[in-house]
Amino acid sequence: MSIERHDTRLDRFVDNYAERTNGMRVSAVRALFAVANRPEIVSLAGGMPNIEDLGLQAIADNVSRLIRDHGAKVMQYGSGQGEPEIRERICEVMALESILAHPDDICVTAGSQQGLDLVTRVFCDPGDVILAESPSYVGALGTFLSYQCEVVHVPSDEHGISPAALRETIARLQADGKRIKFLYTIPNFSNPSGLTQPMQRRREVIDACNDGGVMVVEDNPYGLLTLETLPQPAMRAIDPEVIYLGSFSKIFAPGFRVGWVLAPHGVREKLTLAQESATLCPPVFSQFAIADYLEHYDWQKQIVAFRDMYRGRRDAMLEELADAMPDGVSWTQPKGGFFVWLTMPEGLDSQAMLPRGVNARVAYVPGAAFYADGQGAANMRLSYCFPTAERIREGVRRLAGMIRSELEVHEIFGTDFRHPQGSHVPGPSPDLS
Amino acid sequence: MTVIVIAGGLSHERDISLRSGRRVTAALREAGHEVIETDVNADLLPLIEQHPDAVVVPVLHGGLGEDGALREVLELMEVPFVGSTGDASRRTFDKSIATPTVAAAGVATPKQVSLPQAIFKELGARRIMAGLGRHIGFPMVVKPAQSGSALGVGMVADAAALPGALVAAYAYGGVAVIEEFVEGTEVAVTVVDEGEGPTALPAVEIHPASGGMYDYEARYTAGATRFITPARLPDEVLARVAEAAVVAHRALGLRHLSRMDIIVRPDGTPVFIEGNVAPGMTETSLAPLAFEAAGRSIADVLGKLVGLAR
Repeated sequence: MSIERHDTRLDRFVDNYAERTNGMRVSAVRALFAVANRPEIVSLAGGMPNIEDLGLQAIADNVSRLIRDHGAKVMQYGSGQGEPEIRERICEVMALESILAHPDDICVTAGSQQGLDLVTRVFCDPGDVILAESPSYVGALGTFLSYQCEVVHVPSDEHGISPAALRETIARLQADGKRIKFLYTIPNFSNPSGLTQPMQRRREVIDACNDGGVMVVEDNPYGLLTLETLPQPAMRAIDPEVIYLGSFSKIFAPGFRVGWVLAPHGVREKLTLAQESATLCPPVFSQFAIADYLEHYDWQKQIVAFRDMYRGRRDAMLEELADAMPDGVSWTQPKGGFFVWLTMPEGLDSQAMLPRGVNARVAYVPGAAFYADGQGAANMRLSYCFPTAERIREGVRRLAGMIRSELEVHEIFGTDFRHPQGSHVPGPSPDLS
Repeated sequence: MTVIVIAGGLSHERDISLRSGRRVTAALREAGHEVIETDVNADLLPLIEQHPDAVVVPVLHGGLGEDGALREVLELMEVPFVGSTGDASRRTFDKSIATPTVAAAGVATPKQVSLPQAIFKELGARRIMAGLGRHIGFPMVVKPAQSGSALGVGMVADAAALPGALVAAYAYGGVAVIEEFVEGTEVAVTVVDEGEGPTALPAVEIHPASGGMYDYEARYTAGATRFITPARLPDEVLARVAEAAVVAHRALGLRHLSRMDIIVRPDGTPVFIEGNVAPGMTETSLAPLAFEAAGRSIADVLGKLVGLAR
């Protein structure tokens, strides 16, 4: 009797996927983040802004009025470029960082993450090179890799990207016949390093790129969340040819998914066409809700309140790190934004340690996620934006205990250890943003 | 009937448990039950108390769900539940206990050594690792004694790779097992006992497309592994595999449902690798494939086991 065998890979389309999906696989690292939402875990992993202090009742009243008075307009399809009302308001926001812009040069996007996607889509072919800081935002790396670009990290120092290394890298790649499409940089309180480029450094980076014929893409979600000084002029304020990505996610709320790209006229036209093919138009209701918020709410006072709140949390993290961490561990001193970049003694692997983190009830993002080339094993990104100061202190204490345990294990086994499964880039997700 | 499906938990496999739990919940609703899905937290026991006639279905992978702790509590509270007792779960979940238990029942098992991290600190790692190399030989497999979904499992080709594999395994827990690598055909056998004794469902043959280990990515990325059911083995070998799975299920004292992971040597000998008291029920899990090959479904099998537990 013949037996009927069932032969399956559980996905009948498995051989049909585009090559660009090859890196899209589940990973144990991502799965371990599932426990980060449990209350027992102190999560220093997520980059979620703390929006509990927003005036929710006032916002609810405004949104209610918006629907009541203008529902037929604000819930209709809109312009592919974004609504004029919000583009005008966006210019007011950017003026705080010395950017003089015209609303016509703004393309509204579904969060700046979509802006990043559109910029990559209109400029990059498979095999093109994108330059990035060392380390760089995990969500950007995921986008670049999904367009089959090669990411080359440029060495950075305590002031961000190194101009000398940038010039050397551009020259070397161009000598090798590579096509460099742009430099991607987060000059303010970078995700994940927390570092900021001083004004002189910004000019030097722009000059190096201009001399090499390389476009600059400036991603600036955190610039207004400065904790010690007034906001610095953006790179776009220095050079109007810089492509600028902005976002309401950190200064208002991420759930509306509204960001923008400010770009020279020709680029903006291409972005708008790409936006229309992607979504027809960015979320219309969200744009009107935010424009209304900016018109009827003291949003600049709210940003000051956010700064005070985040300053307290950052200070708690830095104080506890100083008190609790063992010798040989160092970290950055961010002057704004959400993140501290921690460096452990060479040989430790933050990704391999993640299960220990679950056991110790603390979560962080392994450093390897912020590199496309396997660097970052001894690093981790710690966020102070979401947990309270008390929880942050507890989380850092747990983390310090975990690192001590790991150091002991390495001493026992004499290992200079790398995770056997290699590095995984978790890819963008709300928890890692 | 009211069924309380428990999924999630605070283990390394929380994500998988949540995915399994959603599928089990949907299947039991399809079978006509009123289903409440819940996590493990301080609200769990009050919830169970509010539903005194409910049957509990733990779909927890790893941690409290598989180490027997939660099931002990359910027994203590005299709450009917689907699956094995706390005692049997503990015996099965800990590979350092399960392997010798199944070996004592006459099923072939890999040569295994179980060691806590602390012993390396007390006595010095270098000599112990050298002893492992001599006793087990290379290649060898290093695993956390208590873990699932191949998390922390490493194949060790030579002595230089052993320290790294041990560090990776100890990241999950304080005890690791070091086993000889068994070469052969990898199969999973789901065992169901619906009141008339344990029966082995058709063996599922496993081939990761990468040609490497059936690791976490291969388990949970749709398309990353090829499954053939029933396994392409001679009938008499399939019979031996089924018998080995049932013997292991009995030896471990399991009840209702289990999955036995087995490697069949080229000479046809089934070698027990590990047992699972909470088989995964995700879209890429093995037990649902076995149900399907037997003409059954999650709704059908778990629906019947719920009735039995009641």
